[in-house]
Amino acid sequence: MREGAPDPELYDFTPYRARKPIVWPGGKKVAVWVSPNLEYYEIDPPANPHRKSWAKPHPDVVGYAHRDHANRVGHWRMADVMSKHGFKGSVSLSVALCQHHPDVVQDANARDWEFFSHGIYNTRYSYGMDEAQERAIIEDSIRTVREATGQTIRGWLAPALTHTPRTLDLIAEYGMDYTCDLYHDDQPFPVKVAKRRLLSIPYSLEVNDHYGFFIYNMSPRDYAQTLIRQYERLAAEESGTVMCIPLHSYLIGQPHRIGAFEEVLRHIAADAGEGGRAWITRAGDIADAWYASQQEDGQ
Amino acid sequence: MSLDPFYLTYPKRAVGYDHGLYDYAPLAQRAPVQWPEGKRVAVWFTVSLEWFPITPSDTPFRAPGHMQTAYPDYRHYTARDYGTRVGFYRLLDAFAKVGAKVSVATNAAIAQRYPQIIADIICAGHEIIAHSTDMNGTIASTLPVEQERALIAESLATLEKVSGTRPRGWHSIARSQSFATLDLLKEAGLDYCVDWVNDEMPYAFGNGLVSIPLNHELSDRQIINVQQQSVDSYATQVLDAYDWLKAEGEAAHSGRMLPLHLTPYIIGLPYRMDAFEALLAELAARPDTWFARGADILDAYRTKP
Repeated sequence: MREGAPDPELYDFTPYRARKPIVWPGGKKVAVWVSPNLEYYEIDPPANPHRKSWAKPHPDVVGYAHRDHANRVGHWRMADVMSKHGFKGSVSLSVALCQHHPDVVQDANARDWEFFSHGIYNTRYSYGMDEAQERAIIEDSIRTVREATGQTIRGWLAPALTHTPRTLDLIAEYGMDYTCDLYHDDQPFPVKVAKRRLLSIPYSLEVNDHYGFFIYNMSPRDYAQTLIRQYERLAAEESGTVMCIPLHSYLIGQPHRIGAFEEVLRHIAADAGEGGRAWITRAGDIADAWYASQQEDGQ
Repeated sequence: MSLDPFYLTYPKRAVGYDHGLYDYAPLAQRAPVQWPEGKRVAVWFTVSLEWFPITPSDTPFRAPGHMQTAYPDYRHYTARDYGTRVGFYRLLDAFAKVGAKVSVATNAAIAQRYPQIIADIICAGHEIIAHSTDMNGTIASTLPVEQERALIAESLATLEKVSGTRPRGWHSIARSQSFATLDLLKEAGLDYCVDWVNDEMPYAFGNGLVSIPLNHELSDRQIINVQQQSVDSYATQVLDAYDWLKAEGEAAHSGRMLPLHLTPYIIGLPYRMDAFEALLAELAARPDTWFARGADILDAYRTKP
């Protein structure tokens, strides 16, 4: 980005109207990906001068325990429902989870889920880091996920959505293919970076379960309806789009929510077969398909 | 600009938690728990019975539901009292109608001020869980540990004196604790604590105290007050949870727990009670329901097959 400028110059302006439609593999209209956030929040993290971690003095029992529910209960409940309907995850991973709860990471890996980095902990923020420090957390992320899962991470969602002006340049330099931190479009778009290339894959705050339940205060059934409407609208448009369902299993994996959510997966999966409109996929596969389609266009 | 190098060190990055309060054990890997008569779903109501002084304290923090306007805040003082005088009695009658025994998380000040309520709770067969002194009795790590110890002791002594039984369970205001709380509760002779919402079944803290997680999301406060949903939506969410837990328990050959936290000044309003009573009747009609108090769940959990 252009640091300090009013326009950060992250990407070009491209109006939605009159774009050449994207056709996803199998002729599908919507690339649907589910992004479980597998996170570790520290009970007593050091203070970052630019952002407070917990609302209350440590230990913030409700804040910490609620998130711990994911690693004790929620993950398996959410993952089993996803597997049942043929959805693999693209995991936004606090990479220290590989050390703290390898059970969770191994379960996700065994389900053939993809991992990208969501920082070391969701209680360590990038704000205020110098370049060497930011390189250190990127290198740590690559190394940690590789050792724990054999996978090389291809993407990044900043820890607790905390960025520096150089984050996007650095992850591209380290060979990553995509960022999930930009919310300007329903289609993938190239991001301007100093070296190599980087693609913005639409993630979503608007249909993130956290927004659904804690910003918009939806009931579980209202949230499920929201996801179905989001899907139906995108599938009806000609453009060829991406729909991400970002999840936190301590929210969606609560017993009063998971049943309604399962109906969403059932609904989308029913439109994924021959002649259907949904391409149920992972973030890296979306990046690959998008780059492949650009090559075809270039020929 | 750069951060203190300490910020990029991770001294507790190792297998297990970054604290020693309890061990890691995912629910899916734990031994099944059986409820009496092979019931699948322990429906555990916990009603918070609270007295808010009209002179709120912000030390260590002001409790949720406390006074909000400039002194004297008649509207919140009396609206909270409404729950104690009227709403709670509606709930007692509703529980009696379906034969449900429940837990009542009670401020010691309620026992001191209104011993009749304690007699009515005991007479109906409900359990009293200690819930601090009054709604100024909040706990956080900014409270000196000696004051925290004294607060716990005073709460238990008062409730024991008035009710005739020492409470076995503890509920902190807003579930807020210090790093010392679990040991102080154990030291005070308590058997269980309901504050930690990280699980859906009982589990043991490192010091032997048992955690019985009281879901904070499936509560009238969260769904009706915070998320501003209707009581009908609340009832639907409770039954959706029930259905899921029953099926999951069957698949796991284990009991499951449906903890429902209630607040008399929220659920006990006239326009909400009919829907709540209909929910109770539906729960009572289901053959897999075991209406349980916290202490009943504790005893069943400790009686492992």
